[in-house]
Amino acid sequence: MPCRRTGATATEGEVRAYVSRLLDNRNALGLLFLLPAGALLLLFLTYPLGLGVWLGFTDTKIGRGGAWVGLENYEFLFGDAVARLSLFNTLFYTVVASVIKFALGLWLALLLNKHVPFKTVVRAVVLLPFIVPTALSAIAFWWIYDAQFSVISWALTELGLIDRYIDFLGDPWNARLSTIAANIWRGVPFVAICLLAGLQTISPSYYEAASLDGATPWQQFRYVTLPLLTPIIAVVMTFSVLFTFTDFQLIYVLTRGGPLNATHLMATLSFQRAIPGGALGEGAALAVSMVPFLLAAILFSYFGLQRRAWQQGGAD
Amino acid sequence: MKNMKRRDFLKTSAGVAAVAAGPFIWVKDASAQWSNTPEKGAKLRVLRWKRFVAGDEDQYLANVKKFTEKTGIEVRVDSEGWEDVRPKAAVAANTGAGPDIILSTHDDANLYPEKLVDVTDLANYLGKKYGGWYPVGEAYLRPNGKNWIGIPLGCAGNCVVYRESQMKAAGFNAFPRDTDGFLKLMRALKEKGTPGGFALGNATGDGNVWTHWLLWSHGGQLVDKDNKVIINSPQTIKALEYAKELYQTFVPGTLSWLDPNNNKAFLDGQCSVTANGISVYYAAKTSKDPKLVEMAADIQHANMPIGPAGVPTELNLFFNQMIFKHSKYPKAAKEFIRFMMEEEQFGPWMQASIGYVTQPLVAYEKNPIWTVDPKHTPYRDAMKIMRPIGYAGRLGYASAGAAADFIVVNMVAEAASGSKTPAEAAERAQKRAERYYKV
Repeated sequence: MPCRRTGATATEGEVRAYVSRLLDNRNALGLLFLLPAGALLLLFLTYPLGLGVWLGFTDTKIGRGGAWVGLENYEFLFGDAVARLSLFNTLFYTVVASVIKFALGLWLALLLNKHVPFKTVVRAVVLLPFIVPTALSAIAFWWIYDAQFSVISWALTELGLIDRYIDFLGDPWNARLSTIAANIWRGVPFVAICLLAGLQTISPSYYEAASLDGATPWQQFRYVTLPLLTPIIAVVMTFSVLFTFTDFQLIYVLTRGGPLNATHLMATLSFQRAIPGGALGEGAALAVSMVPFLLAAILFSYFGLQRRAWQQGGAD
Repeated sequence: MKNMKRRDFLKTSAGVAAVAAGPFIWVKDASAQWSNTPEKGAKLRVLRWKRFVAGDEDQYLANVKKFTEKTGIEVRVDSEGWEDVRPKAAVAANTGAGPDIILSTHDDANLYPEKLVDVTDLANYLGKKYGGWYPVGEAYLRPNGKNWIGIPLGCAGNCVVYRESQMKAAGFNAFPRDTDGFLKLMRALKEKGTPGGFALGNATGDGNVWTHWLLWSHGGQLVDKDNKVIINSPQTIKALEYAKELYQTFVPGTLSWLDPNNNKAFLDGQCSVTANGISVYYAAKTSKDPKLVEMAADIQHANMPIGPAGVPTELNLFFNQMIFKHSKYPKAAKEFIRFMMEEEQFGPWMQASIGYVTQPLVAYEKNPIWTVDPKHTPYRDAMKIMRPIGYAGRLGYASAGAAADFIVVNMVAEAASGSKTPAEAAERAQKRAERYYKV
């Protein structure tokens, strides 16, 4: 091919060579492919998070910009009985719901891992509570727990077991336990299906070997299933704890944080203060206060449950 | 089917309006002058709260259509759940973009008065023409006593809704006018196995409305004129002791009640007395279910009883209309609000919603909707006898924050349920409120 503009071609060629070298480089190419995802994360995750943290240090009101006030919002929240109660509620809600979700989920996964009739159908059905939008299932629970229309109370009264309707959401402790029950109902399928996936990756030959050695079913579970399942458990429970800790919809539909703020979680209180109450700065501070707890949960599962080196990608 | 019924109902109410047509009784002030030329090519966006009764929205939109036909100004109306309008309005104020006109609630306009178009001229014109504004409208929207920052739309009146037959069965011929008699009635109803109930959960509407009445009826108040928190007072404690007695008579579960619960329980016949807008009656009256229609005949309304304070002390959900400075067509916006507030539009609108919204202008008391069915009448005075939220202080972020945080509702619920003594509950409310009203 005849070249007339040698100078220009030389630079063009150089650029082309550089680009092709760059595209051959796995790291550079990887970076390039990550760019769109990275930009999205930056725009829709990092920026809002950063903004939230910043707002937590200001006295911004909804509809009015704010000035830097340092730790004032946090001091305010620390001295606020309702905020402290919401912290207790959140921890109680998360711990109780997560433990039960784990136990029930594991149990369900073990059952589903056996040869049950209509296996696929049953597995699909199990997922249903997780698929239904929370707002909808929460409304169903709202009716189930209703002080006047509760189907549970109605059934028990008809059976003659109780003589007055149960005050599911009107008594502080009943309300806490009722919201936890609704959360468990919704969360178990997620845990169960993920653990089931984990169970199915365990090779049957381990169980054969174990039974040849005369291991009881309990020993098989304790020394084969559980150790091989820990990595999945770690991931699933981290997610489960995160979801539970930041729950909002269920509480908002069922109780709005009542009665007497007994079911106010940090997320719902943060919303109440920030949006209807207009104190954006304070609400943001409350939301940011959740971060250390969430980080702790992640670190715990990372270091506590993935102790073995091979589970972290190294050799055992 | 339900629709059919509503239509039938609308027809009847239109008929009623026609019978009562002809000039209303007051003499219009001839000196009320209005001249305003909307901008050429103006278009308006209006954001309002979603209807509580169907007739409201149908007639509102019919009025909007009429406005467009008359002026050629296009108007787009969006509606949102009433609790969602507040944050949206605040964002519009903050960012300087969004609807030209927003219909919102309570003290919203007081959060960003500098972002709102001064509507003093319009308020003066309407006030002069229609017998003046009720004082509470001024308390909300004329904060400095001179300039109007919005035009009152009215309020969702709140009354005692009760079952007449059950009251009579409990030995009362008329609904008691004072708090002592009210407590006696509630006790008698409980004894008869037909108790009443009021929302004590975090119910933004119903919870705030009746607990503020209770507090004020005994002379307690959150703050004084200078925004000094004075809720921990002997009057408040009296109110809370009363609440404790009253709570003993409630149907079970009121601590969990949110805004819809009392409507549901009442319409199911499980609650003989509650406090609500006219929507319970509207639902029963326009229902297709013969049982509910029968109940409608038995439903009666009364204003909230008067307590030791000696005067009516009601809180109702106040509605405002704000024009934002970011609007490109402020004159068209003013014209729109004027048009909607004029008798020709406002009257039929009140009728279509059987008085769900009580008028802000005195002259509209004469609207036949208040007398066509005596059961409507108590709602007529809702604006006249109500106090602004955050009474007796200035309105703004503190009053909005304190109400949104359910300080009064929680205080009453704590004392009523016995989880705190009245003294403890009042002290706690004082501490919580002081945090909002700190300078």
